[in-house]
Amino acid sequence: MAYITCEDVTLGYEGKPVTEHINFTVNKGDYLCIVGENGAGKSTLMKTLLRLINPMSGKIIIGDGIESCEVGYLPQQTVTQRDFPASVMEIVLSGTLNKCGFRPFYSKNEKKTAEENMRRLEIWDLRKRCYRELSGGQQQRVLLARALCAAEKLLLLDEPVAGLDPKVTVEMYQLIKKLNDEGITIIMVSHDIQAAVKYATHILHVGRRQLFFGSSKDYLESDAWKIFGSAGGTENE
Amino acid sequence: MNNIIETLAFYMRFPFVRYALIVGVLIALCSSLLGVILVLKRFSYIGDGLSHVAFGAMAVAAVLQISNDTLIIMPVTVIAAILLLRMGQNTKIRGDAAIAMLSVGSLAVGYLLLNIFSTSANVNGDVCSTLFGSTSILTLTNWEVWLCVITSIIVICVFCLFYNRIFAVTFDENFAKATGNRAETYNLLIAVITAVIIVLAMNLVGSLLISALVIFPALSAMQVIKNFKGVVICSAVISVLCALFGIIIAILFSTPVGATIVAADIAVFFIFAIIGKLVTK
Repeated sequence: MAYITCEDVTLGYEGKPVTEHINFTVNKGDYLCIVGENGAGKSTLMKTLLRLINPMSGKIIIGDGIESCEVGYLPQQTVTQRDFPASVMEIVLSGTLNKCGFRPFYSKNEKKTAEENMRRLEIWDLRKRCYRELSGGQQQRVLLARALCAAEKLLLLDEPVAGLDPKVTVEMYQLIKKLNDEGITIIMVSHDIQAAVKYATHILHVGRRQLFFGSSKDYLESDAWKIFGSAGGTENE
Repeated sequence: MNNIIETLAFYMRFPFVRYALIVGVLIALCSSLLGVILVLKRFSYIGDGLSHVAFGAMAVAAVLQISNDTLIIMPVTVIAAILLLRMGQNTKIRGDAAIAMLSVGSLAVGYLLLNIFSTSANVNGDVCSTLFGSTSILTLTNWEVWLCVITSIIVICVFCLFYNRIFAVTFDENFAKATGNRAETYNLLIAVITAVIIVLAMNLVGSLLISALVIFPALSAMQVIKNFKGVVICSAVISVLCALFGIIIAILFSTPVGATIVAADIAVFFIFAIIGKLVTK
């Protein structure tokens, strides 16, 4: 059974549909990239998958032993976070909270999980630094480490390279690819369609309706790619 | 110098002075803990709005001639806090306007009620002392002292127990929700604690100056300290020291208690801001 199955899902806010008839499945080990123009409902879809908002119609089935709290999430940065006085360690540790149950404090286990994930993303040396003083790429790694602490199986990334310079962007993509190779299933929202085709195994292209879902190879043959991909869908915001 | 210590020792013999110091320190401690969360969550104005609601509730209690007015003020303020938080979540602008409306509205209605129905001979004096807390900290009854001590201890315990969760919800509410933490519940908890502390702090600095007590220590700490735990501890220390200093100065030189404490907080803020500038250079 698939990790996530979407059946004829309609998404929207306050009764107004943003995008309709979304159908796709995500299996273990997949790297799905959700692409589309601004306002096409990419982030809405992400929030729906995280159960922050409900779909207007249709079914989202989360299966194969994935609890809804076993999903790691890398959100877009908020204004609040840019000047938040917190150390890297504190932020990464907060990702393990859903494993604490009713315990009020972190145990050795949680601290070990945090350390492992920080070493994995090469930010262990930054653990005592202040989050707001880090570079954009380092901040993303911190948030990624936190997401990994929350879940080992499935990661949802919302525009992980937004605002990063080209060099750091490539590093970030390689890092995500590496995590995928280690067996973590990835769902990523992105503007960067060239990179999506290069790294992802599957593409979901959304507009007012679903324009394409399938493997990256097939996507290069599709109409959606011919219109969107060749018309310079590479610009980053 | 000796003279000052003697005078202080003389005043310390009075139980009401000791009560004032205990209550002042506890309230300062609670409000500084809360301040860190409110400032970081961009909720600073909620404290201000709620203090005005508390003033309105107090006016109603006075008109109804209820002697134990905390029993009315507390629930009304808690409910207002929950409502404000709910409204703030739906849309930003409506929540913002709602707070302004509620706070100015209850201030006006409270003052109006007091003026029309009050039986006291000195209405303006009463209002002034509620708004600026001029002497009420020195006239606490036994019951009020105990209420204050017990609620403060509960607030501090809750804060410690939920410290990690409060951090997670403050730093990133969506992430906390997405990974299966009950962010709504913790927001509610924060709202209730805010209301409770504001009602308690009305005794100390009066309802107009509460925001200062909540915000200044947190902001001072954030100028210099760069991790969350450090900020919380530093702002607690600043707040307690300023409260002690303020109350003692107020007793020695008979200045208004609340304003003196806030003046001390402001002075500390500028000192820390300068230190912060120097450190980053």
